[in-house]
Amino acid sequence: MTTKSLKFPQAFPRPKSPNGIWSWVGTVDHKRIGTMYGIVSFMWFIVGGIEALMIRAQLASAENDLIGPDAYNQLFTMHGTTMVFLVIMPLSAAFFNWLIPLQIGARDVAFPRLNALSFWVFLFGSILINFSWVTGDAPNGGWFGYAPNSGTTFNPGLGMTYWVVGLNVLGVASIAAGLNFIVTILNMRAPGMDMFKIPIFTWMTLITSVLIVLAMPVLAVAGIQLMTDRVYGTHFFNSLGGGDPVMWQHIFWLFGHPEVYILILPAMGIVSEVLPTFARKPLFGYPFVVFAGAVIGFMGWFVWSHHMFTVGLGPAANTAFSISTMLIAVPTGVKIFNWLGTLWAGNIRLNTPMLFSISFIAMFTIGGLSGVMHASPPTDAQQQDTYFIVAHFHYVLVGGALLGIFSGIYFWWPKFTGYFLNEKLGIANWALMMIGFNLQFAPMHWLGMDGMPRRIYTYADNMGWETSNLAASVGGFILALGILIFIINVFYSKMNKVMAGDDPWDGRTLEWATSSPPPVHDFDEIPQVQYRDDFWFKKHPETISEYYHDEHDQAVPSGAQLDDEVEEALPVVSGGSDDHGHGGIHLPDMSYYPFILSFGIAILGAGFITNTYVVGASVPFILWGLLGWSMEPVNDPE
Amino acid sequence: MMWAFLASDVMFFGAFIATYLVYRGKSLVGPYPSEILDIPLTSVSTFVLLVSSLAMVLGLHYVKEGQKNKATLWILAVVILGAIFMGFQFYEFREFAHEGLTPRTNIFGTTFFILTGIHGAHVTIGVFWMAFMAYSSHTGALRQDNALDLEIAGLYWHFVDIVWIVIFTVIYLISFSDGPPPGVGPTIVH
Repeated sequence: MTTKSLKFPQAFPRPKSPNGIWSWVGTVDHKRIGTMYGIVSFMWFIVGGIEALMIRAQLASAENDLIGPDAYNQLFTMHGTTMVFLVIMPLSAAFFNWLIPLQIGARDVAFPRLNALSFWVFLFGSILINFSWVTGDAPNGGWFGYAPNSGTTFNPGLGMTYWVVGLNVLGVASIAAGLNFIVTILNMRAPGMDMFKIPIFTWMTLITSVLIVLAMPVLAVAGIQLMTDRVYGTHFFNSLGGGDPVMWQHIFWLFGHPEVYILILPAMGIVSEVLPTFARKPLFGYPFVVFAGAVIGFMGWFVWSHHMFTVGLGPAANTAFSISTMLIAVPTGVKIFNWLGTLWAGNIRLNTPMLFSISFIAMFTIGGLSGVMHASPPTDAQQQDTYFIVAHFHYVLVGGALLGIFSGIYFWWPKFTGYFLNEKLGIANWALMMIGFNLQFAPMHWLGMDGMPRRIYTYADNMGWETSNLAASVGGFILALGILIFIINVFYSKMNKVMAGDDPWDGRTLEWATSSPPPVHDFDEIPQVQYRDDFWFKKHPETISEYYHDEHDQAVPSGAQLDDEVEEALPVVSGGSDDHGHGGIHLPDMSYYPFILSFGIAILGAGFITNTYVVGASVPFILWGLLGWSMEPVNDPE
Repeated sequence: MMWAFLASDVMFFGAFIATYLVYRGKSLVGPYPSEILDIPLTSVSTFVLLVSSLAMVLGLHYVKEGQKNKATLWILAVVILGAIFMGFQFYEFREFAHEGLTPRTNIFGTTFFILTGIHGAHVTIGVFWMAFMAYSSHTGALRQDNALDLEIAGLYWHFVDIVWIVIFTVIYLISFSDGPPPGVGPTIVH
């Protein structure tokens, strides 16, 4: 058959060299994209951390005037926005990128160029939202931007416009990434790896991706409505025009609660990988963990109004959301018992990743319990908008998501780079973080109980809040010291390399089967999978009978059956020999179109903030990116 | 991939349609829906859009059959019908603005223009996509073996059609009799 295809004139030669700056701009390799996600989001983590330290410095003593109220409003808004959208989500995305293809035995994600687009849009979106600092008018309406406070009547500056446009740009990146990982996990698994043999981190990524794909458009709607209100004078949230500010709360939290699970589920997945490895036994109750994750992902849609108990929606709504909120604690509790069951009678090694993971269980349980407390509307009426809430969500987001992410960093660093992070510095990092974290956020529980409202830039000296606030501020700086030790550790370990080998932790999942760091094509031969934790059982065949004694329960096909199935189902990718049949392993070529398209999207966003001419200026870039992309062959003919 | 994206888009339109329904009948000043909506006109444009889905199906059929010219013709028909729908919408928007309804006038204007405008943006993207497909088909770049490209574009096109059926029902059929709140007189005298 004659293969004719359209050609788009190329402005630049397609990047080919595997080194140099252009190889990063044009990369479609999931590992490089993951690395870039990691580096960029860690830089925003430092920015968000400095914002937090400035907040704590201001609150360290009563009637402090270190930072004025205006700057304070901007700091807490950008701290929350940065940590949620520019740190925890993309740090999770860094792990998705690095690990998902490795864990399912694939050579890359399903849509490599789309993956690059996600990263570049994220990068430009994050710069856009932070560019507001340069203009001196950063967003100041809180990370959930409540109307009417975020409208032009009460907030005439450009700050909240930056915020809302920036979030919409970031939403594009998240949705594209979410779609990509759903398709990758569903379609690119290695032969023999059915859905109940994929690693638990992959499961949690799948559930998170589904949540991202369904929740981010809701944020986009809220964002578009607020943006048109601000820029074009519509009345969505303007009560003078017939709108209703409470509508914002409904739409935002309909996104916002699934978002909470988007933040925590990846960390749960990481912990569910670390614990079995260091307890040297399989995850206790794998199907329960999977289903608990799925139930959390589903029920997360029916709890949003627990953020709004004091709005006055009436007893029926409050009761319903109170019940659903208490119910969602059940699958979370199931997971905690699964983790404890994994540790039970395990042969435990206390390396740094394990320390972080065990701390995760403890801290997340504390945060979870205080969450159940304000699932009750009368209790919540007392706690709403106090430091008790601040304590609660920092225990689940720092004590939960962030500790999980640090556990993952220490765990997979040898796989990413080929060498260990220093263990002694790692323990110092962990200890300082734990001391600082608890010193910072535990006192906030009693501050909140005592009635200290959040988001005030100072407090009177006769309230009795000074000691607790000082302790919290000291704790904040100790926590920051822990992060500093981590940064030192990264450079120290790079200069004093302790090589790790391919499988330093006696790992269980497929990423440990390839070399460290993995070759650009990930696996020389696509592995064939027979068991859950396949790599472990192939290493330690003597333990198979211990866990797979009942074949019907476990539904593990015997070896002979498996080979037949595999050959029927996936003849093309079943082995290396076949790859040689069509001339070696094929990887997609690099492409600069994702970069150009995302640049266009960023200009478009900037246009909504500034003026229509800039919107027009984005059109050539978007068209160039789209047309060039769609006419570019995945591989250039050689 | 396209299915997952459409699930995402369902949430997107769902939230806008929910906003419209919550704010239905909450306008404080006119023009109100009963004074301004033109059901016969929009019925025609709805019909045009639905026929474009038929053309889409036929276009895909002929691509799969390998009949290049017929395929190109039908895909071109999708483009033209989509453009006609856009023309109707443009005319409608201009008429409404002429009669004093803009996104800034009242909450009906706000929700109406943003919801139908977002849908119109989807149709516009679809028209450009289909124009690209028609061109590909004409040059022979779209063939039987990559008919999936058109099938995916077609999924999107049908989805945008179905959303319009919901929007037409919700905005035009359900609320065409929504007048001013009790005690307020009409604002436009025809």
